[in-house]
Amino acid sequence: MEELAKNTGIGEDEEYIINMGPQHPSTHGVLRLVVSLKGEIVKNVEPHVGYIHRGIEKMCESLTYPQIVHLTDRMDYLSAHINNEAFCLNVEKALEIDIPDRVKVVRTIMSELTRLQSHQLFWASYGMDLGGQTCYFYGLRDREKILNIFEETTGARMLVSYSCPGGLMYDIHPNFQKRTKEFIAYFRSILWEYDAILTGNVIFQERTKEIGKLSLADAISFGITGPSGRASGFSCDVRKHEPYSAYDRVKFNEVLHTEGDTFHRYLVRMEEMKESMNIIDQLIENIPEGPYAVKMKPVIKLPEGEYFQRVESARGELDSIIISDGNKNPFRAKFRTPSFVNLGVLNYITKGFKIADLVAIAGSLDFVIPDIDR
Amino acid sequence: MNITELAEYIGSLLPGCKVTEGKQFAEVALPPEMLHDAAFKLRNDAKASFDFLVCITGVDYGQDLGATYHLRSVSNGYTVVLKVRTSDRENPHFDSVTDIWKSADLMEREIYDLLGIKFTGHPDLRRLFLDRSWGFPLRKDYMDDTKIVTK
Amino acid sequence: MGIKGMKYEDFKDNESLELLKESGTNILLATIDDVINWGRKASLWPLTFATSCCGIEMMQTGAPYHDFARFGMEVYRASPRQADVIVVAGTIVYKMAPVLKRLYDQMSEPKYVVAMGACAISGGPFFLNSYSVVKGVEHVIPVDVFIPGCPPRPEALLYGMLQLQRKIETETMRSRKKRSASHNSEIV
Repeated sequence: MEELAKNTGIGEDEEYIINMGPQHPSTHGVLRLVVSLKGEIVKNVEPHVGYIHRGIEKMCESLTYPQIVHLTDRMDYLSAHINNEAFCLNVEKALEIDIPDRVKVVRTIMSELTRLQSHQLFWASYGMDLGGQTCYFYGLRDREKILNIFEETTGARMLVSYSCPGGLMYDIHPNFQKRTKEFIAYFRSILWEYDAILTGNVIFQERTKEIGKLSLADAISFGITGPSGRASGFSCDVRKHEPYSAYDRVKFNEVLHTEGDTFHRYLVRMEEMKESMNIIDQLIENIPEGPYAVKMKPVIKLPEGEYFQRVESARGELDSIIISDGNKNPFRAKFRTPSFVNLGVLNYITKGFKIADLVAIAGSLDFVIPDIDR
Repeated sequence: MNITELAEYIGSLLPGCKVTEGKQFAEVALPPEMLHDAAFKLRNDAKASFDFLVCITGVDYGQDLGATYHLRSVSNGYTVVLKVRTSDRENPHFDSVTDIWKSADLMEREIYDLLGIKFTGHPDLRRLFLDRSWGFPLRKDYMDDTKIVTK
Repeated sequence: MGIKGMKYEDFKDNESLELLKESGTNILLATIDDVINWGRKASLWPLTFATSCCGIEMMQTGAPYHDFARFGMEVYRASPRQADVIVVAGTIVYKMAPVLKRLYDQMSEPKYVVAMGACAISGGPFFLNSYSVVKGVEHVIPVDVFIPGCPPRPEALLYGMLQLQRKIETETMRSRKKRSASHNSEIV
């Protein structure tokens, strides 16, 4: 308790500490926040993490490279295919093999569908956190359709493990293109409902405008990437700066706003959903023919050295770093996950606001807790 | 600038450090005493201002313990890698760079938690994921018969 | 009473169910037992507890497509004092185990536990070489129903909840007390 008192600066009268414990409906998982309050104003927020720390980085040192792909799914389960892609691209870059065009295009389409379903879940749970229970039902109803597309092609709904070093696990299902086109047409026609329910709602705007502002210089210093950083004007989209897979052949906009408050972090994600649909539209008609994987050796061994690959996950920049000493297990595998770095800014932008605003700010930064703890 | 010119420019900024060209980035091998000065110079240089700390990776090389810093410049897009090593396994410590980049706060706490490397000058160096009495799991000589099941 | 919409022959685990049924109570107590069990099984209120990926599949089961409100369990309670069943969805690590035990102790009788997903049954994909994962939630709290899968499909979760309802149907007033006193938790 003394440690807590020293760290939170409590000592004046009328200040007290509240624990939003690991089990809480609106912390999106097992995040413990120790909040010191004066009345209703937040003085300090201290996150305690580690309640889902499973030791994935240590486990990677005893697994082979194709086995690690299945663990990367479980790190940030809402952008599962993007995590797979990051690791597989890194291994392929180290081995210097050329990937067929078909693989690149299909990986891009799957990653964009993953991003869409992650933002749909964000909208559903954010509305529910702020009290609008309807958003939960609308968002998850539409997300179910994407999960059906995943299941038909890959066999799993959420934790797909579809990319592997060398290409894809299996070829796409014959219905894949038809179903994706139908879904895009349906979702475009229904997206106005999302704006009508939540974005234009007076209560929502009062709760999120001018709350939790983050300036551009602070975003760069704290390392905030992804939609949270782009809402402050930080142009950090890896798909634009260092294109990978098929992102160099598609035209799309990087969504940037400058105000940096909670409302604009939410708006960036809504507009990114539209951009994702544009990307899928440009690619879904002409998927090139060809093999769906390159023939790899049964035991994959990377040459000695360090390898680095960045991709744009639904939450920010995800980096995969592999240090190899020539064996079939990596010497050290590290993942720089976006939620871990984004957590550092929570205390800084919540100081001075009320405790109800803490829920709105934490929701808008869009954490996934196993991404923090790995 | 491409990698070769960047490596030369950084070599001129930081005398006494070995600058090599890796396959992807320019790499700088630093002695631990120079870490804070080098980081400060790289951050505040006018031509190649590295104002974005991508990540800090803690590594156990077997005999040595080390940390690898990936830095990026937002305005120009350059990336550079700083590496520091120490062979002191009982009490390893490096300088903290939290006053230069604010994102280093949580990253250094994670390295302290999993590898045991202390960072002098860190405002609040506590363990992050594990309890106080746990060992340092990411070290190569970590043994735990009760909790780990191996084949 | 039975489960509406699913016949007795469609369930796969009828042998262990028959073992749970006691025989030979008098008719008055049996009728009271039936009514109480019907009340308990048809309106189970779960606790909002989800640690990782299985939590999202649990949320998706509450979504309009695979609705679980039709089985009476749509009302999620945030406080353990008001909840009946805790669906452990996700991996439990050593740091989280005391918290889970405390939540379980705070729930009031009758309470049930469902272990959802491979991680809660035995540690799942993290069984080998992980230093901080509890190899199965049974080491911490007593479990009624195990639902395998990584993550289990929503239909699998619904099937597991129906099995729990059938298990509740076989309870009598005496057997409830014996069950909760006999588990000793090894980790916490």
